[in-house]
Amino acid sequence: MGRVWKFGDDINTDLIIPARFNQTTDSEALAKAAFCEHRPEFAEQVSSGDFIVAGSNFGCGSSREHAVIAIKAAGISAIIADSYARIFHRNAINIGLPVIESREVFESCNDGDSLEVDLEGGLITHLVDGREFKIKPLPPFLMKIISAGGLVNFLKNHEISELM
Amino acid sequence: MGTLVEEIIGRKIGQKVAPGEIHLVELDYMMTHDNTTPLAIKAFREIAKPIRDKSKIVIHFDHAYPSPSLAAASAQKGIIDFMKEQEIENFFHQGICHQVMIEEGFVTPGSIIIGGDSHTNTLGALGCLGIGFGSSEIGAAWITGCTWLRVPETIRINITGKLSRFVSAKDVILHIIGKLSSNGARGKCVEFGGSLIRDLPIHERIVFPNMSTELGAKCGLIETDEALEQFLTNETRASGPFETFVAVNPEYEQVIEIDASRLEPQIACHPKVDHVVPVSEVTHLPIDQVFIGTCTNGRFEDLQIAAELLRGRQVNRFTRTIITPASKNIYQRAINEGLIKTFLDAGCDIGIPGCGACIGRHGGLLGPGERALTTMNRNFTGRMGSPEAEIYLASPAVAAATAIVGKIADPRDIDTNQGA
Repeated sequence: MGRVWKFGDDINTDLIIPARFNQTTDSEALAKAAFCEHRPEFAEQVSSGDFIVAGSNFGCGSSREHAVIAIKAAGISAIIADSYARIFHRNAINIGLPVIESREVFESCNDGDSLEVDLEGGLITHLVDGREFKIKPLPPFLMKIISAGGLVNFLKNHEISELM
Repeated sequence: MGTLVEEIIGRKIGQKVAPGEIHLVELDYMMTHDNTTPLAIKAFREIAKPIRDKSKIVIHFDHAYPSPSLAAASAQKGIIDFMKEQEIENFFHQGICHQVMIEEGFVTPGSIIIGGDSHTNTLGALGCLGIGFGSSEIGAAWITGCTWLRVPETIRINITGKLSRFVSAKDVILHIIGKLSSNGARGKCVEFGGSLIRDLPIHERIVFPNMSTELGAKCGLIETDEALEQFLTNETRASGPFETFVAVNPEYEQVIEIDASRLEPQIACHPKVDHVVPVSEVTHLPIDQVFIGTCTNGRFEDLQIAAELLRGRQVNRFTRTIITPASKNIYQRAINEGLIKTFLDAGCDIGIPGCGACIGRHGGLLGPGERALTTMNRNFTGRMGSPEAEIYLASPAVAAATAIVGKIADPRDIDTNQGA
């Protein structure tokens, strides 16, 4: 289980991590800068296993992979959003950060609520009122990447043609 | 057969494709820049397999070059060490990656290029499928030479009408983004066509696919024609013969008609690229910094329009005005044709060719409480430095007029009220 960090629509990559923090590839340093201007308390208070719940077009803007790395390294175990910007979605899968689409969860959760997310069982449980939400599964070839822990790990042991 | 994106992917893999299908596609080039190369190198090293074809790797230094900080300097040294070690030949520090890709002839109709930059869509103006990717996937593609692509649905936008004086492609695309919203083409291909696009020179066409990114699009494309062939032959290092790409019996998800004939200059207001209003609604706003440049509007003809307005005039003494040519070629031509002298005489500052102030790393950051009017494509909070600064987006003509007046201004007023 984890705490919900709730965000609105169109959360862009400059809000997730401003460009001046993109000069390092160090995950821990990136994690410290996550949402530093938009939600300064985030990096300090987030705990391992927490969730981001957001509205539409989450991660719009830049292609910077620093954004997904910062979120994952901060301890977020999954993002649940109404919808995602294309590159952000792909980046998240490529580093093995689960990205779940659900308008219902966005509408039903408040900041600070607790959720349980069962990726394999395809179920999200709202721990405050017990409501359950089904997760729309990702296509099988994307699940191969997530299960391997990301694209880099997948390609260590497989050819890219094995995705298809 | 099909839409432009279906034509390009279909021809590449040798079979007819349809939206929603996923295909493994051979890539022509994989591009990254100083901001996105380090994480690509990291992925490449972790996978630990050899590069398939190093001639397909293109690396640019443009985001923060020459280095404005120790951190940037050390990241760039790491990239240079990697290029030496792997004998990467396609290394450029000639200006903004998308512009230099075009000038250097990497971009041709029917090619597929992935770029570690969200504005890789820009290349679609030349009939090339340019798509933005994250770094790890590019590092992986150095090894595999290919990537998976989902064939996107296409939204066709037909634009007609003749633009008034000092109204340009930038005003039309801002108007379109205002209508469709920043979420309006998320993950889709946007095809730009119609008589207005056909009549525009290539440097103005480029603005449409470039800002298709701000519609959330996966790619933006324009059909090839004779004008493009002339441009490729005369203004780039690409050599023909070039393939032609037009949509054949296309099935569009949506077709949108835009009549641009009565459009006035448009402004995207802070901090939403889709909060677009006619310039007349915001002419009261004082401006601390004007920035003309970027992959959207830093081309020679953009500078020419700005120079036309600034010639013989002075910029407002409290409106810092920065002109940053998109590439060294453009800079050279602007020197040769007297534009740089015009800008210096008018009190402007000239930036080093590259992304400059656009990403808030160097070349004109904003302090708290400052407001900028720029020719950029993005006005997110904090993008140019302080999160307490405001960014408004407009055309080069509006930017030059604003620099003179010190408040957001309509270039049509400058032109008619004063003689230079």
